Amino acid sequence: MITLAHLLTLSAILFAISIAGIFLNRKNVILLLMCVELLLLAANFNFVAFSRFLGNLDGQVFVFFVLTVAAAESAIGLAILVVLFRSRRSINVEDLNTMKG
Amino acid sequence: MLVQILFYLFGAFLVASALGVIVARNPVHSALALVLCFVTSAAIWLLLEAEFLAVVLVLVYVGAVMVLFLFVVMMLDIDLAELRSGFTRYAWLGWITAGVVIVEIVGVVTARNLGVDVTRGTVPLPEDYSNTAELGNVLYTRFAYPFELAAMLLLVAIIAAIALTMRRRPGLKVQDVAKQVAVRREERVRIVKMDPEKRP
Amino acid sequence: MNPNLLLAIVLLPLAGAIIAGLGGRLVSRMAAAYVTIAGVAISCVLSLIVLKQIYWDGVPAFNGPVYTWLVSDGVTMQVGFLVDRLTALMMAVVTFVSLCVHVYTIGYMHDDPGFKRFFSYISLFTFSMLMLVMSNNFMQLFFGWEAVGVVSYLLIGFWYTRPSAIFANLKAFLVNRVGDFGFVLGIAGVLYYTGSLDYTAAFEAAPRIAQESFPLTSTTSVEALGLICILLFIGAMGKSAQVPLHVWLPDSMEGPTPISALIHAATMVTAGIFMVARMSPLFEHSELALNFVLIIGATTALFMGLLGIVNNDIKRVVAYSTLSQLGYMTVALGVSAYGAAIFHLMTHAFFKALLFLAAGSVIIGMHHEQDMRKMGGLAKYMPVTAVTCWIGALALIGTPFFSGFYSKDMIIEAAAASHRWAAPYAYWCVLIGVFVTALYTFRMLFLTFHGEERFRTAHAHAASHGGEGGHGESHGSADAHHHGGEPHESPPVVTVPLIALAIPSIFIGLFTVGPVLFGGYFGDSIFVLERNDVLAELGHEFHGPVAFALHGFITPTFWLALAGVVTAWVFFLWKPGLADRAAEALRPIRTILVNKYYFDWFNENVIARGSRLLGRALWRGGDQVLIDGALVNGTAATVGRFGGVVRLIQSGYLYSYAFWMFIGLAVLLGWFLLRS
Repeated sequence: MITLAHLLTLSAILFAISIAGIFLNRKNVILLLMCVELLLLAANFNFVAFSRFLGNLDGQVFVFFVLTVAAAESAIGLAILVVLFRSRRSINVEDLNTMKG
Repeated sequence: MLVQILFYLFGAFLVASALGVIVARNPVHSALALVLCFVTSAAIWLLLEAEFLAVVLVLVYVGAVMVLFLFVVMMLDIDLAELRSGFTRYAWLGWITAGVVIVEIVGVVTARNLGVDVTRGTVPLPEDYSNTAELGNVLYTRFAYPFELAAMLLLVAIIAAIALTMRRRPGLKVQDVAKQVAVRREERVRIVKMDPEKRP
Repeated sequence: MNPNLLLAIVLLPLAGAIIAGLGGRLVSRMAAAYVTIAGVAISCVLSLIVLKQIYWDGVPAFNGPVYTWLVSDGVTMQVGFLVDRLTALMMAVVTFVSLCVHVYTIGYMHDDPGFKRFFSYISLFTFSMLMLVMSNNFMQLFFGWEAVGVVSYLLIGFWYTRPSAIFANLKAFLVNRVGDFGFVLGIAGVLYYTGSLDYTAAFEAAPRIAQESFPLTSTTSVEALGLICILLFIGAMGKSAQVPLHVWLPDSMEGPTPISALIHAATMVTAGIFMVARMSPLFEHSELALNFVLIIGATTALFMGLLGIVNNDIKRVVAYSTLSQLGYMTVALGVSAYGAAIFHLMTHAFFKALLFLAAGSVIIGMHHEQDMRKMGGLAKYMPVTAVTCWIGALALIGTPFFSGFYSKDMIIEAAAASHRWAAPYAYWCVLIGVFVTALYTFRMLFLTFHGEERFRTAHAHAASHGGEGGHGESHGSADAHHHGGEPHESPPVVTVPLIALAIPSIFIGLFTVGPVLFGGYFGDSIFVLERNDVLAELGHEFHGPVAFALHGFITPTFWLALAGVVTAWVFFLWKPGLADRAAEALRPIRTILVNKYYFDWFNENVIARGSRLLGRALWRGGDQVLIDGALVNGTAATVGRFGGVVRLIQSGYLYSYAFWMFIGLAVLLGWFLLRS
């Protein structure tokens, strides 16, 4: 029997791994985008789990919208990535520090 | 019981593939690991009887988004050797923090009262229950307006992605209709007066 | 008494001042003069009417508010008038002298570009002085006190293009600030102990305050009333130019001569004397304060007179004489002979204004020359001035039957009769002061009006005395461009006020000494404890003014004065060379006198320089280092340094931002987990 705790724990592990991926990864911006997808997946896990356990479909509707937004986000993110690569010939995360204070 | 075994199996796959996403040195491997992630997630969602979302996840993510990722990874001329140089020396700090957060979240989920009984199992849904129909019911009634907005958002994302990546190459010959229409006689014909023969 | 009448007395000069001062081109030069003179003249007539009502008609004294300015925490600040016999006398003196000066100014300032401004100022001064003397509360007293100070400042610096005038008015202002600081503290003390600013309340509370003591530190304390009185008297020391706050008065002679007469001889400088007399119910209860007053007054009387002997500027000699005479008045206050002080104030106002105006007349006649060494023999050319000046001088040295005799002798007698422990010192000071007064007065008289006519060879003569300089006037006034030339008698507009002042200078003492001092003129407006009442003791021996004057011929005072005159005659008229030899013989003393006891040196080098050093230290240490450096720039630098540290976190790398977010999440979760 799957309990809510099981699902939440799984989602927590997924979440922690994806965030660790964001700050461990020093080389590749694409990987950052992938980690963001993973992050959203972790969030979706919680939505689906709560929706199911509380018997309320709204959570699944939310997941639907999150998927939409995530798709749009990855499309634009990749477009930016392409433009970035064109202008700097690199997608190395270490090179992207123009926001430095 | 079977459900539980399946959950643990898929969960293990999910965690392993997620780790694969972040530790793989080749971005193509990462992307493939992510695909595996999504597929196992979809499987777990099926266990939760959220069939529609599981299918959408596979279709949209695995079918569209991940293909896009792979496409971009391969399109860009990335120096793979450089990308393989691995983690920084502070990686251990990151791992420890991640571990601490996991422990903390699990602690919160299990030890704190969240207003729901987290140890409760799911009640199986009736035989004639259709997740897709129910979801459609809600989506096109109560959430019709947000649904339209989501569609609009996707349109904006399409336009944005195209606008961002479109290049104007120098030297490309194109037709400018507006200029063609606005042309004047003086710009087309020049009457030159000259002698028929060079004077001695 | 009708309060509207009193208001008219005060406000007419103010109206004149406003019209003359702010009228601009709408008011012509002469119109300004006539308007202000009319205002002051009406005011003078009304003052005389008030005096008549109070004294002859027996109208009771007026004491009441006319306007409530503000009420703050139970303390009412009002404009109000207390018009009793003391006030009425002062009002009459102030307005009369002021009127004379107004008339005289027409002639003296005739071609000065600041003609209208001058009239505006002196009318404003009259207004301020009347506010001061007619006040029935400390607030208004302080207002008048400061207002006369401001006008004095404006008038000393009237010729503001002269650097020396600017220096002098700044000096007067600053020295007066020192006094006023004490004055304000004194008023605060009164308010502290009585909770009211009204005279009446303060006077009623005086015996009670006298029992209290004010803690200076945790272990020492001082009698409260004595402290209040001494603080108030410090204000009077500034205004009435008592040692050591006297330094501004000689320098104030930079102002036009009518001002020297009006403000710095007859009225403003007597404000301090008047104030102490007005506060007699307070001072009477404090032996300490009165001894203090006595010592200060006696010192001023003698030592300021000595300075008059070595000065060559005619106006400054008169100025030092004023200082000395103010010292006499202060001595009178110190021995509780308040009546004598006011009496001397009144007679002095007439003969000192006369002397000043005569000096001014001489200055006009000599084409704005003030150095007595360049004068001599002027009596032939300026007979009216010479005669009036003689009258003034005789009054000043206390010749029997002249007004000065009655007031001054009375002070000396009072000092002799007093039982205060400081009284013997004061007695000897004022007694020797008589000789000194006669000496410098007649030195001035002989050098100016008699003897060799030195103005023709003035420049050569001055050169031989060049070494004595150091206190020479700057003669660069705007209109002093024609030196030399024949001296001439001044126009009637100058001489008429001289004559008008000469008459009371002779007779006023004779006619008023009896009623004012012994006839109980002041009634209850001056309060004297019975054990202190020296005037009453003297009154037993007083048998009419004539007898008093005849008795005067056999007192040491008269013989000392005569000795002074003779000395002056010997040194400056009969054997002029003797003066130089005597000066040579007494060189060390002379040096001290020429340097005015080094008061200016002390003020400039110790107080001013010390303040500047302190200010510089505070500026460098307190302002630049502490406030600017540590607080202002320090705050900015701290923010900057903090920013510099925080900046390291802002690496620009996505992963570090993500890491910090993650850390934040971990902390929040931990808190959520661990909180009870």
